[in-house]
Amino acid sequence: MASTEVETDPRSRPQVIAPGHTHGSITEKITKIVLKRRTPLGWYVGLGVCFSLVMLMLASITKLLLEGTGIWGLNAPVGWGFAIICFVWWIGIGHAGTLISAILLLFRQDWRTSINRFAEAMTLFAVACAGIFPLLHLGRPWLAYWLMPYPNTMALWPQFRSPLVWDVFAVSTYATVSALFWYVGLIPDLATLRDRAKSRVFKIIYGALALGWRGAARHWERYETAYLLLAGLATPLVVSVHTVVSFDFAVSLIPGWHATIFPPYFVAGAIYSGFAMVMTLAIPLRAVYGLQDFITMRHLQNMAKIILATGLIVAYGYVMEVFFAWYSASQFEGAMMYQRMTGPYAWAYWLLILCNVVTPQFLWSKRVRNSVPTLFLLSIIVNVGMWLERFVIVVTSLSRDYLPSSWDHYTGTFWDWSLYLGTIGLFGALLFLFIRFLPMISIFEMRTLVPSGSKEAEGE
Amino acid sequence: MSHGRSLEDEVGGQGTTLDAGAVRERLAGRGGRAYWHALEELADDPRFHALLRRELPGVSEGLLGGDGRAGRREFLRLMGASLALGGLGACTRQPLERIVPYARSPEQTIPGEPLYFATAIPLMGDALGVLVESHMGRPTKVEGNPDHPASLGATDAFAQAAVLSLYDPDRSHSIRRTGKISTWGAFLSELQTRLDGLNAQGGQGLSLLIGDLASPTLDDQLAGVRAKLPKARFHHWTPVHRDNARAGAQLAFGRDLATRYHFDRARVVVALDADFLASGTGGVRYARDFTAARRARAQGSNARTMNRLYCVESWASLTGGMADERLPLRPSEVEGFARALASMLGVDVEVPRISDRAQGFAASVARELTNHRGAGLVVAGEYASPVAHALAHALNQRVENTGTTVEYTTPLESIDSSSQTESLRALVDDLRAGRVDTLVALGGNPVYDAPADLDFAAALVSAPFRVHLSESVDETSESCTWHIPQAHFLESWSDARAYDGTVSIVQPLIAPLYGGRTAHEMIATLLGRSGVSAYDLVRERWRKTRTGLSDKEFESFWATTLHDGLVAGTQVPALQVGVRTLALPPPPRVPTGLELVFRPDAATHDGRFANNGWLQETPRPLTRLTWGNVCLMSPINAREQKLTSGDVVNIIASERRVQAPVWVTPGQPEGSICLFLGYGRDRAGELGTGVGYDAYRLRSSYLPWSVAGVTVRPTGHKTQVASVQDHAVMEGRDLVRVHTFDRFKGDAHADEDHGSVEHLSLYSPYSYEGNAWGMVIDLNACIGCNACMLACQAENNVPIVGKEEVLRGREMHWIRIDRYYEPRPGESPDDNPQVLHQPVTCMHCENAPCEVVCPVGATVHSSEGLNDMVYNRCVGTRYCANNCPYKVRRFNFFHYADDTTESLKLGRNPDVTVRTRGVMEKCTYCVQRISAARIESKKDGRPIQDGEIQSACQQVCPTQAITFGDINDGSSRIAALRKEPDHYSLLGETGTSPRTTYLAKFTNPDHGLEQQGDG
Repeated sequence: MASTEVETDPRSRPQVIAPGHTHGSITEKITKIVLKRRTPLGWYVGLGVCFSLVMLMLASITKLLLEGTGIWGLNAPVGWGFAIICFVWWIGIGHAGTLISAILLLFRQDWRTSINRFAEAMTLFAVACAGIFPLLHLGRPWLAYWLMPYPNTMALWPQFRSPLVWDVFAVSTYATVSALFWYVGLIPDLATLRDRAKSRVFKIIYGALALGWRGAARHWERYETAYLLLAGLATPLVVSVHTVVSFDFAVSLIPGWHATIFPPYFVAGAIYSGFAMVMTLAIPLRAVYGLQDFITMRHLQNMAKIILATGLIVAYGYVMEVFFAWYSASQFEGAMMYQRMTGPYAWAYWLLILCNVVTPQFLWSKRVRNSVPTLFLLSIIVNVGMWLERFVIVVTSLSRDYLPSSWDHYTGTFWDWSLYLGTIGLFGALLFLFIRFLPMISIFEMRTLVPSGSKEAEGE
Repeated sequence: MSHGRSLEDEVGGQGTTLDAGAVRERLAGRGGRAYWHALEELADDPRFHALLRRELPGVSEGLLGGDGRAGRREFLRLMGASLALGGLGACTRQPLERIVPYARSPEQTIPGEPLYFATAIPLMGDALGVLVESHMGRPTKVEGNPDHPASLGATDAFAQAAVLSLYDPDRSHSIRRTGKISTWGAFLSELQTRLDGLNAQGGQGLSLLIGDLASPTLDDQLAGVRAKLPKARFHHWTPVHRDNARAGAQLAFGRDLATRYHFDRARVVVALDADFLASGTGGVRYARDFTAARRARAQGSNARTMNRLYCVESWASLTGGMADERLPLRPSEVEGFARALASMLGVDVEVPRISDRAQGFAASVARELTNHRGAGLVVAGEYASPVAHALAHALNQRVENTGTTVEYTTPLESIDSSSQTESLRALVDDLRAGRVDTLVALGGNPVYDAPADLDFAAALVSAPFRVHLSESVDETSESCTWHIPQAHFLESWSDARAYDGTVSIVQPLIAPLYGGRTAHEMIATLLGRSGVSAYDLVRERWRKTRTGLSDKEFESFWATTLHDGLVAGTQVPALQVGVRTLALPPPPRVPTGLELVFRPDAATHDGRFANNGWLQETPRPLTRLTWGNVCLMSPINAREQKLTSGDVVNIIASERRVQAPVWVTPGQPEGSICLFLGYGRDRAGELGTGVGYDAYRLRSSYLPWSVAGVTVRPTGHKTQVASVQDHAVMEGRDLVRVHTFDRFKGDAHADEDHGSVEHLSLYSPYSYEGNAWGMVIDLNACIGCNACMLACQAENNVPIVGKEEVLRGREMHWIRIDRYYEPRPGESPDDNPQVLHQPVTCMHCENAPCEVVCPVGATVHSSEGLNDMVYNRCVGTRYCANNCPYKVRRFNFFHYADDTTESLKLGRNPDVTVRTRGVMEKCTYCVQRISAARIESKKDGRPIQDGEIQSACQQVCPTQAITFGDINDGSSRIAALRKEPDHYSLLGETGTSPRTTYLAKFTNPDHGLEQQGDG
């Protein structure tokens, strides 16, 4: 695949869109996927696999609700396990979408255009998957609404000193803003689909969703303002959500959790894993749907650079954890670090270092950044590494804390894994539906990438 | 269905009648024509007619029409009626039940207010005086009786678990004859035919086998049997017997005497394979007395004093864990040590060669005993050889301890002063020779726990008529013709003798749940007085002993006795006896190879508590294991054999073998392995059956406590052993503080609490206007006996979770006893570590990490400084548990509380919520007791007095290691303890400011011995 990439740019830097595209060709190419092209067999297979995993998730949830969190591997010192690990993992993955859409928009990074739509969708679906876990990890999930501030006859409010309450606000705000941002961004494209759809049913559905978009100048003016405002609103969320999630740990007094570096380190880790996931998704998508013209090597290289940069911040976090374990002179912190490196979960720690610190260093090499299969492999390794990071933080810290008498081992059970795999299925299934029924690349924004002075698109 | 039952019984007895089973048999396997042919054959069989007439009286007559043919009209009429009646059945309405208040309330009963009754627990030939809490007629909690000499207000773990045994759903519900449910009437009629014959022959052929025996009334009744049936034989068997002690007394005094110790008067205690702190005769009292002499803190004007305990033992015992100096030996070497020690103090005795280490230890002990004449005490344990016992008596006399720290009394048991093993052997011989026609076993479970070489089970069946009285249908009941359910002591009238002879009347708290009978009623039945209640029998006995009293005076005596829980003045007086010249056998040859010792288990004892879930799930002292037994092995032997904890081995001794998991235990002497009795039962009930392995299979009547020449062969398998503590060292953390006593005495302020940080919080501190509750745990007093864990379980409805859940680390105990090992100076940590116990409750931190992280405010700070759990509000995030540095919070991962078994509901404490799935729970400082005391004090218009509130763990503690009270009250005991120089907070440096704090542990090492070791 890499051989097909031809570097035509005089500055030897691939462009964000292949030459020769017109407004028409962009529109045609992207809408065709939804409206005209025969659904590939692979799509059915992929959706089928993911849907089976969704069924597994439903079975796991049913079992969980019937019997209790005891079906998981949790125990007395390790009160949080897979559920919290996966929650943080998914939330982290969800970070790239907002970063790409909001921050890169504000910084006028036009290369973001071709990946922002599905990155945002990915964000939304990742947050949906993440949201499942904190609900289900409760001993009595049917009472989860008690974490919301709502007027009630008991005159009880949530306990606002708890980071879990902050989580509720942070995650729900993030989910709301991300959904809005994504939907607002979709409106002009939904109108395009409405106009091009042949089937009456699709016309009605896309029409309703397009909210009467006619592409008038006034529409565009209002739209641009609203989109920018939303981007401004979403920007602090990129930082806030994972900061708040990191407070779940940093506010506690468990050695290995209680660290001031957690907020920046978590945010960097989130962007790191988010970009890795975008890369994991973008590479097969552009191959299957022939979108190399829109998602060019330039995109992949830029993302690789961001992965490298955030990976270095994450590595700095790891170094600082070790440093402060020593510098704090706290025997508990020191012992925690020692246990992490040599204890029963040492395999997880060193695997994490391998995945998250060693692996991204290959991205210094231009050859690696230009090799699509290598990038794909690297992105998956980073995703595994980030899951391991949360595993190491949650499990090793809890399993061996202050009193050696309480130390105990934790392993995930079948039901831990099944729920995790189930959410991966849910994520996949939602993505498959998304690429089948909505334009996975923003059409109207792609059109702005066509160099001015080229042929105007006809129609529309 | 009594009709159907008697029918089956007839069939069991006589072969000629036909029953439903036989009819089925005749028809079975035939099809088509053959079937109908067989039916016709049956219809002509007169026995079949007889069966029908019995089974369906009236109907069969009509159906068969007298001449054997069914009338058509009759048939239709009956069918019609049946259908109509069948329909009617569906219309049955629930009988109307009205809930009405008492028109006349039972005396003293106030709904919601518990009543306390004094009674006594007969346990292992001994009795413990207790007060039992009763809620609306249901006993829920056992407390010690402060007036009773064996209790002084405390109990052991077994007493705490007694309530669960009472409500055990697996208790026997009915009389059984060869496994089938029968009636008392049927038993009586069958017994009567036997008794007629026995009475005629003066009791020839009658054997009585008695288990625990501590009741004067039962003694008198047995004397009555002896008088009426002089040829009857009496046998006595409990697997954890005191045969060696008795044989030792015979050697020393020429007669059987009971020994009574006064540990509070002893400055130097020498234990020879004696585990006197664990539950045994007088164990609760001895633990109290022992720690009283060990307080190490100034009491009033008294200077700081502390006794010193030397332990010489062949296994890792609870008492050994408390030892200041400990000498681990192989079981065969203990006697040699005793001989060497005796010889050093001038007793003329043959001394074998012993190791230099033992020699040095003995020299130190001899020096100390000489230096503390009259204030020393040598204790030989039940497991020590008779010679060791005799030498202990001689030593105590030699250094003038007799009369001060040790006393001798007449034996407490009235019958059978000889060896129980011999007693059982005689019974087996009689059975084998066919001399036993009627065997009545009162309690006990010899089929399970008799020595393997006697093969009791095979011998038992040769008695044609075998009756077993027991609380559940156990192994012995299965092998007997009749099983009679025994009343639990909380359902019985009886009386029982404590370790010092003090007698208590056992009074029932509840009528027998399943119509159980007492041993008294059984004996009365043998004496032809069936139907006389145990109450009458016990009263009658006491009326006879109080002939001097008028009826009115006797009533007053009876009422006082029941109220106080003991019969005043029944303590057995001390005798003036002297040890005669010892004529001892030559010292035993010290065998080569591995030796094994048998010990009763801390949870199941001899197996009788195998089905008690509370005991099964309470971690055994030292090993911290639950749900099963192991084979303790020294780390040295384990390394040699390349074994690790959990490896299953074949243990071969005396040509018998068992498979057991190895548990590598620091402190277990090299060359000695320890097997625990009381597991591997076939018929214990739902919880106890099949748990662990049966160590009795290796135990012979000749070697009850230790066997030499044992082979341990690895099987290559590994099994999961449910340990609640995987990590045994403190990792250099300041968790249990230990000081040597003499250093501390010189510099009492050496241990200022420098670790704690003052209030470091964003939030303003709480202020406490009224009471501020706190707890101080004295680690110097804690012996790690588990009584507090069980008391907490009973008081707070703490559920059990089972072995699988314990393996996952989900046990629910609100108080736990952490155990750590530290090396002793100059000793190998493998065979002689320092054992440290640390009870851990909820710390009720001022600055509680759990409170700030709960998102719904389900765990909150009370105005008195308690950290309260609001179960209803808890959604189960488990964040509080994660953030608790002490890890005392317990989560209901499943619905652990059993709310389907009806009988278990009766035993719950109604003042404490039964928690549901998905909520967090933890120690509340027994907030229900605080509330009760607050209500009382408000009614009286006075403040709560110091000591008025006792937490369950505090109340039960035999050594008074736990103090609870108001830290705002400057004059309270707890306030004084918090000013002690050795007072400290656990993990104080985390800034939690715990309300539960600790007093350091002291050791009192013998520096002379240490120098020897260095030299």
